[in-house]
Amino acid sequence: MADLVNLTIDGRLVAVPKGTVIVDAAKKLGIDIPVFCYHPKLKPVGMCRMCLVEVGTPKVDPATKQVVKDEAGNVVIAWMPKLQTACTTTVSEGMSVRTNTRQVADAREDILEFLLTSHPLDCPICDKGGECPLQNLTMGYGPGVSRFDYDAKQHNDKHVPLGDLIFLDRERCIQCGRCVRFQDDVADDHVLQFHERGRHMEIITFSDPPFDSYFSGNTTDICPVGALTTADFRFKARPWELASAQSVCAHCPVGCNITLNTRLETRTGGYEIKRVMPRQNEQVNEIWMCDKGRFVHHFTRAEDRLKTPLMRDANGQLVEATWEDALSRVARELSAAASVAGVIGDRLPNEDAFLFARVFRDLLGAAVQQQAGLFVSPRVPAAYADIARDYGIGATADFKALGKGDVILLVNGDVEESAPVWFLRLRQAVVERGATLIVAHSRSTKMHRYASQILRYDAGQAAQWAEHVIRNTQHATPPLDLEQIKGARNLLIVFGDEKLNEAGARALARSLANLLILAGHAGKASSGLLPLYPHANTQGVCDMVGRAGPLPERVDVAWLVGVGDAEDVPQAAFVIAQDLFLTDLAARADVVLPALSFAERDGTFTSGDRRVQRFYRALPPLAQAKPDWWIIQEIARRLGAKWRYSGAEAIFGDLTAAVAGYAGLTYPVLSETVEQWPPMGRADLYYGGTVYDNTGGLGMRYPAGVEQTGFTPHVEWLPAPEPTVDALRRPVPALYRDGELIRRSHVLAGHLIAPGEIPVLAK
Amino acid sequence: MDKHILLRDLDVPNIRELAVYQANDGYAAWRKALTAMKPEEVVAVVKDSGLRGRGGAGFPAGLKWSFIPKDIFPKYVVVNGDESEAGTFKDHQLLDNNPHQVIEGTALCAYAVQANTAYIYLRGEFLEPSRTLQRAIDDAYAAGLLGQNILGTGYNLDIHIHLGAGAYICGEETALLSSLEGQLGQPRLRPPFPAVQGLYAKPTVINNVETLANVPPIVLNGAQWYRQFGTEKSPGTKIFCVSGRVNRPGNYELPLGQYTIRELIDMAGGTIDNRPVKGILPAGSSAPILPASALDTKLDYESMQAAGSLLGSASFVILDDTVDIVWAARKMVRFFKHESCGKCTPCREGTHWAMKLYDKIVSGQGSLQDVEMLGEVANSMAGKCFCLLGEFATSPILSTLKHFRPEYEAWVSGAKTPAGASFHT
Repeated sequence: MADLVNLTIDGRLVAVPKGTVIVDAAKKLGIDIPVFCYHPKLKPVGMCRMCLVEVGTPKVDPATKQVVKDEAGNVVIAWMPKLQTACTTTVSEGMSVRTNTRQVADAREDILEFLLTSHPLDCPICDKGGECPLQNLTMGYGPGVSRFDYDAKQHNDKHVPLGDLIFLDRERCIQCGRCVRFQDDVADDHVLQFHERGRHMEIITFSDPPFDSYFSGNTTDICPVGALTTADFRFKARPWELASAQSVCAHCPVGCNITLNTRLETRTGGYEIKRVMPRQNEQVNEIWMCDKGRFVHHFTRAEDRLKTPLMRDANGQLVEATWEDALSRVARELSAAASVAGVIGDRLPNEDAFLFARVFRDLLGAAVQQQAGLFVSPRVPAAYADIARDYGIGATADFKALGKGDVILLVNGDVEESAPVWFLRLRQAVVERGATLIVAHSRSTKMHRYASQILRYDAGQAAQWAEHVIRNTQHATPPLDLEQIKGARNLLIVFGDEKLNEAGARALARSLANLLILAGHAGKASSGLLPLYPHANTQGVCDMVGRAGPLPERVDVAWLVGVGDAEDVPQAAFVIAQDLFLTDLAARADVVLPALSFAERDGTFTSGDRRVQRFYRALPPLAQAKPDWWIIQEIARRLGAKWRYSGAEAIFGDLTAAVAGYAGLTYPVLSETVEQWPPMGRADLYYGGTVYDNTGGLGMRYPAGVEQTGFTPHVEWLPAPEPTVDALRRPVPALYRDGELIRRSHVLAGHLIAPGEIPVLAK
Repeated sequence: MDKHILLRDLDVPNIRELAVYQANDGYAAWRKALTAMKPEEVVAVVKDSGLRGRGGAGFPAGLKWSFIPKDIFPKYVVVNGDESEAGTFKDHQLLDNNPHQVIEGTALCAYAVQANTAYIYLRGEFLEPSRTLQRAIDDAYAAGLLGQNILGTGYNLDIHIHLGAGAYICGEETALLSSLEGQLGQPRLRPPFPAVQGLYAKPTVINNVETLANVPPIVLNGAQWYRQFGTEKSPGTKIFCVSGRVNRPGNYELPLGQYTIRELIDMAGGTIDNRPVKGILPAGSSAPILPASALDTKLDYESMQAAGSLLGSASFVILDDTVDIVWAARKMVRFFKHESCGKCTPCREGTHWAMKLYDKIVSGQGSLQDVEMLGEVANSMAGKCFCLLGEFATSPILSTLKHFRPEYEAWVSGAKTPAGASFHT
């Protein structure tokens, strides 16, 4: 790389890209410069003064402008008279840095002693105790004793709610401003600010409702002390008591890499999730996650989880049953039925969906007299998932590379409500790196703030709009500048299915794929479609199940797997329901089978951008509940199948052999990690804690259809139907709409929004 | 120097009125620049004059102007009238009694760097001067000296006044810019320097009121004329604010380097009751205090530095032998603690800690160890702060410990007690 700059740190040479600050350059050598206010994901401010180091540059003779050398021929370094902040000083050619001198060590002691003069030292009751940068750096670099009179400490409020999710302890705050900068620079929700000055300076929120942001929990991760804590984890456990499991968030198509921290509770005698934190995956969520993913986990140990199989007794009441009785009954009904419909929800892992599809392909449909159909719920995204896969972004596409010269076209979707962390990443591509954003929608979304062009159409008319604009059939001057799009370096098309029915959504996806082809971007590694699916594994389940025909109105047996309270299921004489809860739908079923949540088992999800990622078991199984794949296998065996899968990994082996695109993926491949930049979560006191460590794997995106041999992109226009009343009545995406899970989290329940409500945009 | 260059109100009655100002060469430099000089020629004459910033740092004004990129628009001129340094009241007099010279200097600066908007940032307490200044600006607009198409040359300039909200830190130029933008008054990281990314991230010149008041006579009479005053390295005249234990406190405009501190005190009528001078604060509370042995130091940037202090804004506060030095140092530290913006750790926590120690000492509870600690706290702050405020805060501590240590010892040994001490208020 031409832009590398060479410098020496503590006598060791290192070459780093131009613009790198000294802290990061030292990091590359494994030299840790302690910091508080600096964070590599935020703009440097140089406030805390912890990172002071000695800096020098080659001495230049003012007369000759030549670098001065000593008798031995070494370049003479002109050391700056004062220590410099390593977090704000960018490297320059020939620079020399000393981090291990007495002067630097003294400065660190001074700063730590200053910080601790106002800190309450209530570590024994602090949530951060045990993984606290202030604790760690005090141990590493502090003076050991304080000369400050403890009684002279200034006392402040210790329980300041900054909203209902985040609490501030004003005594612990060291005024580093990381939280303010995160909200301003990353989340773009300007709801925190410093108030007052000097020793009275404090963090306040000035939004109504307070701390109004979907990303507030991240401020507690980056807070280098215990000043910001979550309503969820506050005073609930000490970090060293927690077991941790690597997982993947199951609540939206982003697939944020997360860590589930659990602890054995003497109160209940079982394990519980105590907190959810992000783990680093620069390809997916960097180190961020949204508040829903962080706080919704309480459903996993909700009181009303299904714990045993249920069957209807002679009086028509659902009563507890043994697995054997329930499974035999299900098998009998399935064998005898003339028509069977299977409906599977799009939150189920790939392995379960794959087995379910095999039951329908190899067993049920195989009986000559039997009509068997398999469907995904919800049906609308299932109508275009194949197009999204065929024309999706390339296997190597990287959100971080999106920038100047690239065009992002957002059509009919609300990124922040549907896929919050993608909002952060797309916003950065536009605001920080200069990508061009064009937004087409029937209403405003937060993403509109960054658009260089905003296009409008009537609600429900997205498909018509797309066809007209892209085919250019009705406009003398097209509202969409096709030349600009053709000239773009890459074209990323992000789209949603708001107010569309199946045919409309499919027509929209098809038109957008056509745009990719017509503009010459189809098949380019960093171009393609990015669908805003409703759930975590919409793409994966659709990959396993394939496209379905029309849903029958009535069948003999309906087999519902993880569909919640879906409306798109057929009427049936006999209903089998596998779920976590006794939903309204399950309560009307004839056999109810208790399933395990994602936290109690392992498996894989395929994110909206087709990254297949492993999640690991965090909790032991709940009572008699079983993984859905196990239930499906047991039923299949009773229908004559010889399957003996021992677990999700065994199923995945057959899955990759059978499902297009998944070939070559294995659990070991998905578990691979490489060193990520910036390095976080190392045991180096750098940011504190171990929560960002990713040891569970970065996952792998499988190639889009266009990237596979034998695939020929083709333009095909599908008729876009007029919007239907049902489609227009579909609620728009809202992060806090998923009532089944959110209402079981006492932390988030207050944020639940009503079915007809539209999330408030203004922040 | 037979006549004042800056404090012209002392020579010309009512020069604050536009008609009087114009009758006495007022706006002649402005007309000359607009009609007969290129912008870079204005920069050049100011550069040649050697005019140094009068806000305290003494940075060459013309050089500062020459850093402004030519091809980025808009650009801004910001006039620093936050005058918050203890004992400084020179800008007040200029704004109140000779406002048109400040306006003319601002306009010349704007023309030199081709800015079309200038902001005059005044400390919040300058309500009265701001009204005088606003009237003067309005008169200048009415006379076609400001606004659109000035004097038919096609050049446009608007000047706005902004009142601060009472923070010392907003005299620091980047904090001033933040405050002007409506944000919390805290200093910003440099680089980028204001000349590159200043107000609203656009190229910005920031100059002190007094600095700009020097510009009209320089442009009108030329660099050589200006250089007849002062020294080679510190040319021109400077307003010296004298206060404290003197008989005639006030502003004294003198050529730089010509007189000594002793002579300045004589001009101010000598000390009250002719008591001996004990200490000199040459730049309010922000430069090291000098002992009486420094009385014969010449009044220019270089000599003051050689004497171990700074000329700064030249606000001389004279302390005589009735002043308790520990009391004076504590008062200054309290000021800095109150004014610390809180952004950086050493200043925020250090001023707080030092104040606790002073309180302990003057309450009669202190020990020698506390005196030692005071020095250690100041040394822990020194060289580590984000901006100069925190560095300044160490000056009263370190310099009084250096020159007047026995007074501290008297406090902690019990020789001096709160009841026995005589404090000036």
